[in-house]
Amino acid sequence: MLLMACVILIVDLVVKERKRTVIFVATQLTLVGAAVITFAISSGDIAYTFSNMYVSDLMGDLLKLLVYLTVIIVLFYSRDYILEREQMARSEYYVLALFATLGMMVMISANHFLTVYIGLELLSLSLYALVAMNRDSVPATEAAMKYFVLGALASGLLLYGMSMIYGATGTLEITAVAERLYMGQANKSILVFGLVFLVSGIAFKLGVVPFHMWIPDVYHGAPTAVALFIASAPKLAAFAIVVRMLVNGLIVLAQDWQTMLILLAVLSMAVGNIAAIAQTNLKRMLAYSAISHMGFMLLGLVTGIVDGDARFALNAYSSSMFYVITYVLTSAGTFGMILLLARGGLESDQIDDFKGLNKRSPWFAAVMMMMMFSMAGIPFFVGFFAKFSVLQAVVAAGYLWLAVVAVLFSLVGCFYYLRIVKIMYFDPPTNTAQIEAPLDMKILMSANGLAVALLGIFPQALMSVCAFALLRSL
Amino acid sequence: MLATPLLSLAIWVPILAGLVVLATGADRNAPLARMLALLGAIAGLLVTIPLYTGFDLNTPAMQFVELHRWIPRFNVHYHLGVDGISMLFVLLNSFITVTVILAGWQVITSRVAQYNAGFLIMSGLLNGIFSSLDGVLFYVFFEASLIPLYLIIGIWGGSNRVYAAFKFFLFTLMGSLLFLIALLFLFVESGGSFSILEWHNLPLGLSTQTWLFLAFLVAFAVKVPMWPVHTWLPDAHVEAPTGGSIVLAAIALKLGAYGFLRFSLPIAPDAAHELSWLLITLSLIAIIYIGFVALVQEDMKKLVAYSSIAHMGFVTLGFFMFSALGVEGALVQMISHGFVSGAMFFSIGVMYDRMHSRQIADYGGVVNSMPKFAAFFMLFAMANAGLPATSGFVGEFMIILAAVDYNFWVAFAAATTMIVGAAYTLWMYKRVVFGAVANHHVAELTDINGREFLIFVLFAAGALGMGLYPQPFTEVMHSSVNELLRHVALSKIQ
Repeated sequence: MLLMACVILIVDLVVKERKRTVIFVATQLTLVGAAVITFAISSGDIAYTFSNMYVSDLMGDLLKLLVYLTVIIVLFYSRDYILEREQMARSEYYVLALFATLGMMVMISANHFLTVYIGLELLSLSLYALVAMNRDSVPATEAAMKYFVLGALASGLLLYGMSMIYGATGTLEITAVAERLYMGQANKSILVFGLVFLVSGIAFKLGVVPFHMWIPDVYHGAPTAVALFIASAPKLAAFAIVVRMLVNGLIVLAQDWQTMLILLAVLSMAVGNIAAIAQTNLKRMLAYSAISHMGFMLLGLVTGIVDGDARFALNAYSSSMFYVITYVLTSAGTFGMILLLARGGLESDQIDDFKGLNKRSPWFAAVMMMMMFSMAGIPFFVGFFAKFSVLQAVVAAGYLWLAVVAVLFSLVGCFYYLRIVKIMYFDPPTNTAQIEAPLDMKILMSANGLAVALLGIFPQALMSVCAFALLRSL
Repeated sequence: MLATPLLSLAIWVPILAGLVVLATGADRNAPLARMLALLGAIAGLLVTIPLYTGFDLNTPAMQFVELHRWIPRFNVHYHLGVDGISMLFVLLNSFITVTVILAGWQVITSRVAQYNAGFLIMSGLLNGIFSSLDGVLFYVFFEASLIPLYLIIGIWGGSNRVYAAFKFFLFTLMGSLLFLIALLFLFVESGGSFSILEWHNLPLGLSTQTWLFLAFLVAFAVKVPMWPVHTWLPDAHVEAPTGGSIVLAAIALKLGAYGFLRFSLPIAPDAAHELSWLLITLSLIAIIYIGFVALVQEDMKKLVAYSSIAHMGFVTLGFFMFSALGVEGALVQMISHGFVSGAMFFSIGVMYDRMHSRQIADYGGVVNSMPKFAAFFMLFAMANAGLPATSGFVGEFMIILAAVDYNFWVAFAAATTMIVGAAYTLWMYKRVVFGAVANHHVAELTDINGREFLIFVLFAAGALGMGLYPQPFTEVMHSSVNELLRHVALSKIQ
């Protein structure tokens, strides 16, 4: 695809630069340029290129645009944090971020199991390096090691699963796999066996229980700017590969993978929400919250096909997509806030660092409060409509018990979000320093907060975009 | 029908005023914030008055309806309207907001803008709850109203405020999440509609109705609150600042009861009949048991909080006897309780501001130093006990009359509480106000100032006016209540 080439070309150009501001600007321009190209060549039809290795459709284009947007926001948030730290104040952060972005692009538009794998590895390898960037930090190195070892294991599982599918169907092209399965020319037991490995690999990348072990350590250990990166855009790409592999490719096996995903979803919501309560480090808490959110997102995916009836599929998948998009928006804002408070080379990732924020800056306390209530799923914030649409899909599919389980765990989850609000509003500040941040970051942070509130009042546009994109792509 | 979107104004005027107040920022602008907040509250009250004057008494249908598409993807509408049941609550709420802003005028000195803005925004959200005719819109307002109250209790509350705020939030949220699932279930059952009015006519089997009814019950029983899920209320009341207690008692408790009328009864009438024994039992437990609990309280706010639970027990009792007298009595009781409990909490607030104690034991002989206050307090204590000529009497009397029709023993049990109610209120009054001056703090108390006097007059006008001449309140309810009961009497099982 054209777009891919463009990105790579400009990435090369950036690598040669050595001046920091130039690199920052060039990186941002690259992303904007790539986004514009994606937007320009988006025709809305499904098109296959590179001997059917890639697919370009509306869902992919939408997700790509969102990934670009998220990465742009992430880089803005991270800029000062990186400049303040000698170890990290190099162009590598931006270059690796661009490579990771490229990996996500490949994942999003993959139409071949191997392409998925290549994209995933490109993303993961960049992330491993990013996590370890702060060379002298012991937690960061430890996190990188854990991430790498477990990530390699998951990649292995994924590849093994793919090889089984190849064995059963004789092809790795996602659309062709779907066709052969539909014709019934495949050995079911090998397929299901492969599916188990595939799902495990995906579950690892999504970070759902019981494949979640790396998430808390990586979020906690990684430099905040990197944690922000990991917690945002890659979730969109992970959603894309789930849809590509499971929905586009293995829809015939929906009954099988849905059962697995239900189990993963329930476990994630339980472990994520309960473990988050005990955390004192905000990044670690957000890691557990991410686990529970991914579990919730899976709920939308498991309710697509009911007794072989695909009537609800569009509704269910688009609600999941809406969920993951709003989660990324909120999560970026929350980590952005940690970066905003982390000034002068100090970290502010302890929950107690937010004490009395309302006294120090009512506006940013309000923005953070909006993020927290949005994550907890309280209206009028966008997180409510995300939960609402997923629950709606779950109820429509007839899984009432699943909906009850989901809301009970969100009730548990509410507790720790409320705790952040409590810390900010009810407790006196321990640190009365003024909050200093560059203007662009303040503006962007405010815009992020307002987006969470405004999308909560007018969710229709984004919802229908998701639904439309999926309608044209499935 | 009027062209002006009155209900939207009733919702958004206070919310916008709240945002403007927020914009005044730091405490150095506190006088400005107070003035703006008062103006906003008064404007909010003024826009609701045409709802009463323009109300058509002869139709049970929804009035002042506004219908716009909101989220077409899920067929959610911005659908507002009031009938004889809900209209009075919009007025009551806007009225209470004015008194609350006044009540915090001198008392709240830190983060004034946020305090006042919190109440204004909450007022708008509460109006939204009472006028929503769309399930999602209702739910959104219902949950969003938790946020300001959570912050108000947590920021300006007493020593144990964090515990109380969390308990309040999580208890209510637990109920409303199940309610959300019930809403989604109805959405699916009705073939994709969130219109409450359409749900009223949706045929449902008995077991479905029972499940729905129970889901609604959890949500609304927590909110009312009914025994045994009432435990959050005394904590929340005790820790909340005076304004928070007033809103909580006067308005927030009514949401649960209102929910019964808007959701439980019309959507699941057969289940409501089936399970009315359960509700009546719970109500009687609330009336009698909680009445005795109130008797032994040492803390004045706790005492009034428990008495609120007992009074709300009367309300739910009135609903589930399915007679016009009972339902109207319950509605009257709800409005009256809005005035009376609001005034009771304000009275306690007045004393607390001076003495910084709510313990009954710390007081005694207040009448000697605060005669004007003692007079007003007497009036509201009497109203709380259900003395004739006060609004407290009208509602309870109507409900007991309905109960006699329904079952003598239920009526007997309910009526005994008139005695318990009088006992705990008047005994508290006696210990606090009369007797020898307890200590030098009491001797040094100053009587109420002009602002407090004004608030007392406002509350007293409500409580006495309603007690002496309830007609203007009951006449607006008639047709809606009759229609509701006619509807509830029809079975939905097909």
